[in-house]
Amino acid sequence: MIEVRGLTKRYGAKTAVDGLTFGVEPGKVTGFLGPNGAGKTTTMRCILGLDYPDEGTVAVDGKAYSELGYPMREVGALLDAKAVHGGRSAYNHLLCLAQTNSLPKRRVGEVLELVGLTEVAGKRSKGFSLGMSQRLGIAATLLGDPKVLMFDEPVNGLDPEGILWIRNLMRALAAEDRTVFVSSHLMSEMEHTADHLIVIGRGKLIADCTMRDFIAGSSGASVRVRTPSTEALARAVAAKGATAAANEDGSIEVRGMTTEQLGDLAFGEGIRVHELTTVQASLEEAFMELTASSVEYRADVPAGQQPSTTIGSGV
Amino acid sequence: MATKTISDVRPSVLPPAAGHAGLRGVIASEITKLRSVRSTYWTLAALLIISIGVGVAVMAGESSSLTNNVGNKAGFDGTQVSLIPFFEIGQLIIAVLGAMVITSEYSTGMIRTSLTAMPRRGTVYAAKAIVFTSVTLVISLITSFIAFFAGQAMVASTGVGASLFGTVKIPANAIFNGPGSPGSPPKVTLQGTDVISASSVLSAVIGTALFVTLVAVIAFGLGAIIRHTAGTITTVIGVMFIVPVLVQLLPDNWRWDIMRFFPDSAGRVISVTVPGGGNAHLWSSWPQMIVTACYALVLLAVGAYLFRKRDA
Repeated sequence: MIEVRGLTKRYGAKTAVDGLTFGVEPGKVTGFLGPNGAGKTTTMRCILGLDYPDEGTVAVDGKAYSELGYPMREVGALLDAKAVHGGRSAYNHLLCLAQTNSLPKRRVGEVLELVGLTEVAGKRSKGFSLGMSQRLGIAATLLGDPKVLMFDEPVNGLDPEGILWIRNLMRALAAEDRTVFVSSHLMSEMEHTADHLIVIGRGKLIADCTMRDFIAGSSGASVRVRTPSTEALARAVAAKGATAAANEDGSIEVRGMTTEQLGDLAFGEGIRVHELTTVQASLEEAFMELTASSVEYRADVPAGQQPSTTIGSGV
Repeated sequence: MATKTISDVRPSVLPPAAGHAGLRGVIASEITKLRSVRSTYWTLAALLIISIGVGVAVMAGESSSLTNNVGNKAGFDGTQVSLIPFFEIGQLIIAVLGAMVITSEYSTGMIRTSLTAMPRRGTVYAAKAIVFTSVTLVISLITSFIAFFAGQAMVASTGVGASLFGTVKIPANAIFNGPGSPGSPPKVTLQGTDVISASSVLSAVIGTALFVTLVAVIAFGLGAIIRHTAGTITTVIGVMFIVPVLVQLLPDNWRWDIMRFFPDSAGRVISVTVPGGGNAHLWSSWPQMIVTACYALVLLAVGAYLFRKRDA
């Protein structure tokens, strides 16, 4: 259980997180979504006590992170898989972490086996691929068998096999009634993993809802229709209060009507229809729609209208 | 590759824990950190090899100079000469390790992982300081004693080598009696006696090791403040070597008054064993050491404050 209340964090003049309040519940995977620079990493750093909030509080199981008796037994967190001393072997890296929380040495071997790094345990981690580093980082989070797990962009740069592995791991952890909190800037990564979503943009909460509600709440389906009488149909659609937009391939995209309604309408008007298809808006589109106004860096904004340019530290 | 799932490695083996994770575990962790990277071994090996190797070479040179020109025996401080490479060069080498113990955490990003595992930063800082200082003290003592013994062995035949096991008497003054025949040293008469006690030698050998350890602590504290390896090492060199040289440019009457308050000055007097061989303008060995210790403690404390206060 993670609770964030009124969290605000500023870096100089830039407000990275702005009055953020949300909770993360056990037993499910909670996706933490937002465009790059939205404040996801900053929020996680504040939860872990790496950065000190300017305002607000963060608590894990009702306590400040630094007050947890054995932090690694409560929380396993992976913010940056490359945040290791590359000159240290995988085994020694995990050992020095385990020792801080008085965890038994054999745990190191166990988690190495769990993530499939046993064979390279003695190798220095600077030679590790990104995928291996991610596995090492995940091994570290599991050392203390924690009830709460936090991963920041865990699948960034991974191959499909690695992505699948992490997805399954997160689902398995949640199934064991742990709290799993995963950030990403890509909706597609969360689509098959998260049960609950917390969406932020520019440091502010945009949505805090179940995945189901998120899908339902998105502008949803449109109907694609192809007809020789494009203009006549568009007029008829407009007369019914729905919108029609022309596609490049000559078809038109209708919003605000179901395929049945549109089919009946065309029949009533005597318009021939060659294609009638429901187009499900992808979650990615829904996400982009939701965060469109809060994207930190955008290529297509003319210089004069640039939203306050910042040097992003909270990537 | 990894076909196991979390449930295959059920950590039923994890014993219950009461209370708080504390200093003891973090000290064990810091020992693991120190012994599991190569830079530790490289720097400690460099410290031993250079301090002892150069010390032996210098003393071998002294041996022939003492034999060829007996006048050089007057006031010869075998203890200090054998330790000069240790406290002049060795302090820099150990300062590199002192800086890196803390700055490498920042340069690699490991600090974020370390502080996530143990968020009580005061404990992490204390454990780091305790482990590093202890290791440095032990290695410095070993280096100091080996450099001393190896150095004295080089000058054993001259009779003016220092000893830890008994009093040594050396000539106090050499009177110049005119040049010798061409190609041979000048004629001198040795006069008076300086008595070098074993206890003053022991004080010099141990004191020099302590001085080098304090310099290492200064580097550690600066490392915590600056958080950047190159910047820290540059600052240490500036404080220990460059500022003292610049001060030489000041007028004599007040430069010595300033020099007393510099952290490097203790190095000049702590290794002196010959009576009157110290620097009349500085304080004596141990008071001068207190000055260095104050620098170490203040920087350590400022480092601790910033380590806790700043975002990691």
